[in-house]
Amino acid sequence: MANVKNKKQQPGRIAITGELTIYTALELKDQLLTGLAEAEELELDLSEVGEIDAAGLQLLVMIKQQAAVSGKALSFTGHSPVVLDLLDLSGLAGFFGDPLLIVRKPL
Amino acid sequence: MIPDEYLQTFVVECKELLEQMEEALLIVEQAEQDPEIINAIFRAAHTIKGSAGMFGLDPVVEFTHAAESVLDRVRSGEVAMTSVLAALFIEAHDHLKELIGHVAEGSHPAEATDNHGKTLIARLEAYLGETPAEQPGNSGSSDNSGEMPVIQTANVEREHSDAVVGTDLWHLSLRFGPEVFRNGMDPFSFVRCLASLGSIEELVTVIDAIPAAAQMDPESCYLGFEISFSSDADKLAIDSLFNFVRSDCFIRILPPRSKASEYQRLIQELPEQEMRLGEILVKCGTLTPEELDNILRLQSQHGDAPQRPIGEVLVEQQMVSSPVVEAALAKQQQVKDNKKSEASLIRVDAEKLDELINLVGELIIAGAGTNLIARRAGMAELMESTATLSRLVEDVRDSALALRMVQIGGTFNRFTRVVRDVSKELGKDIDLVISGGDTELDKTVVEKIGDPLTHLVRNSMDHGIEAAELRLARGKSAKGTLRLNAYHDAGSIVIEVSDDGGGLNKEKILNKAIERGLVAEGANLSDKEIYNLIFEAGFSTADAVSNLSGRGVGMDVVKRNIQALRGSVDLDSIEGQGSTIRIRLPLTLAIIDGFMVGVGNASYVIPLDMVVECVELNAWASDEGDGQYLNLRGEVLPYRRLRDHFVIDGDMVQRENVVVVRYGEHKAGLVVDKLMGEFQTVIKPLGKLFSSEKSIGGFTILGSGEVALIVDVPGLMGQIEHEREAGEVVPFTRSGVVMH
Repeated sequence: MANVKNKKQQPGRIAITGELTIYTALELKDQLLTGLAEAEELELDLSEVGEIDAAGLQLLVMIKQQAAVSGKALSFTGHSPVVLDLLDLSGLAGFFGDPLLIVRKPL
Repeated sequence: MIPDEYLQTFVVECKELLEQMEEALLIVEQAEQDPEIINAIFRAAHTIKGSAGMFGLDPVVEFTHAAESVLDRVRSGEVAMTSVLAALFIEAHDHLKELIGHVAEGSHPAEATDNHGKTLIARLEAYLGETPAEQPGNSGSSDNSGEMPVIQTANVEREHSDAVVGTDLWHLSLRFGPEVFRNGMDPFSFVRCLASLGSIEELVTVIDAIPAAAQMDPESCYLGFEISFSSDADKLAIDSLFNFVRSDCFIRILPPRSKASEYQRLIQELPEQEMRLGEILVKCGTLTPEELDNILRLQSQHGDAPQRPIGEVLVEQQMVSSPVVEAALAKQQQVKDNKKSEASLIRVDAEKLDELINLVGELIIAGAGTNLIARRAGMAELMESTATLSRLVEDVRDSALALRMVQIGGTFNRFTRVVRDVSKELGKDIDLVISGGDTELDKTVVEKIGDPLTHLVRNSMDHGIEAAELRLARGKSAKGTLRLNAYHDAGSIVIEVSDDGGGLNKEKILNKAIERGLVAEGANLSDKEIYNLIFEAGFSTADAVSNLSGRGVGMDVVKRNIQALRGSVDLDSIEGQGSTIRIRLPLTLAIIDGFMVGVGNASYVIPLDMVVECVELNAWASDEGDGQYLNLRGEVLPYRRLRDHFVIDGDMVQRENVVVVRYGEHKAGLVVDKLMGEFQTVIKPLGKLFSSEKSIGGFTILGSGEVALIVDVPGLMGQIEHEREAGEVVPFTRSGVVMH
């Protein structure tokens, strides 16, 4: 079960752990929007995302756009391998504009 | 390390591509501005570059890349294909050929070659410099060299919408319905599936449909993809991937090289804004900016019409698919057809074919044996079955031989280049006219005919066709014409090399021949005999020796080469109007249809193609006394008794028969004892011991295991003529011919 890590939660920083998929999208949406509303600058730590699907990706797009609309700074950090993989596949890395550590998979 | 056999295939393919390229370049050099041909050159260069890249042949890749970049500019109309540029490309082609040659031999090109390559690259790149800055999607830029090139429509100003968008990639537009997630599917799994059918060149995730946070339902899918995709799969295979989501998704698949109007329609159908979509398509590499501009311009022309109700648009969306799909299917079919014709060709090792022909030969001999036994046993059923069998064997033989048959056109086309180069060297303007290129002959013969033919062609250009001033003075056009022609005639193939030059000077030849001691002074020779003197060893009438010909070696070598193929060569000439050299070659060197005759106890085989008719001696044709000529229905026919010729003992038969044979323009009669009918003959070569015997072409093994000699009709005729001239008869001594 994925969730926002509430322990050692600090303002302006949310770590998503476990799944970022259709199964968790509904609750994550609210948590992310709340998190964004509460801070001027938000950092989303994706280092512990173990699974991500299109719904999860869509959610990230949504929150990024919402941040832009409300004029807040949002950044994603510490992309886990599955996140990197999907960003690479979708070609959306440029849209998010976060610095990524590109790891080329051996062919 | 790449296995040798792949490298071998690569080399063979490259050589073929280079040949095509050369052919196309020679056409282009003649100022033919056909975009198809330019495309052909580009494709050849691109394929060579691609495969060379796979083998890591960097020098080839580097060089081809330079050529390809220029060609791309030519194709897009930015650089004009002048004859100067075409000549440069021909040089580039030669260099490439050399590089490939080094690859084939596994050797490294010499430094001079490298330097030459660098100069050529520099010269090619000079053409790139003149054009405006690099455009996105242009394959000339190095960053996307891994992608298939995006072909620009040659003329941006083109008005009609049915221009084909020249990409080799599929284009897929996918918009997933909101229920996709809830139905347990992940759009990216389709993308991953797609990757198993080919390679995704570029994928743009369309996120425009994701609503603002408040309205967004995180469990609904708002995503779409625009994908450019390279794959050999057919439309059905790609389409069937989406079977599960078809009902609530928008899926459009455009095959490679779809019409611009189809893209236009696609843009119309998609929910996003035109400009945004256009950008996506450009980003995908599906469209070039120019193509997009064109499509959008057309779009705005139609856009003047009042906004149509949404229902109509929806109906159209359903309807629309039919013409587009039809067009797509037609395209698809075409691609498939192309592939089919590609797939129907296989490369076979020539040795395997030889082995097959050998086996068929053995089969024929074994079949003849069975036939004989059946006849002896007198069993009607067995005879019937062997008759069927031999008919089938005959068919097998024909198709086996047909496998080795190749069209002579390929050989002829090589001369386009020879003629171009030699005419430049000589400063003469000469046209090459090729006809009969689809005439087929045995591959081994084709391989061996190249050199003699080159010699004849060069000779005709050098000595035959006069300099332009002389031509004009003689009232001919300044441009000389050289013709290559081929046709089938009486079981042989005839290849003609003719020119419209000065023809041969009889006096000059005769004087030279007398001077060289080839002919006795005062000898009375026919025109033809005089002309054919030039095929004698050590003969040349050229006043000036050029580096092409005229050194007195050549024509006799040509004649010897052709005779080695059991062929003959002769020459016709009309002074002041030109000359024609005719090469006559047997179609195949392995198996022939023979006509078997008996003389005494021996059997002989005469090639059936040369047999004109058989008549009974004395009844239909009679010797009027001199023992040399027959009167065949009023025609004078030289004849020879095979019994006398081969010195065969045994009783004379009462009724002798005459087999009338024809070779070229000559006819002759061969008198034999018995006519035994048609016989499939596998030619076995005679040993060296008999190489001086001109009238025997080989031997064959009969069904009974006996040996029959094959009469070499041209050789026999030549010998008869020779003996008649010499006035003495040198009989064939049969003492050596004992074979078991």
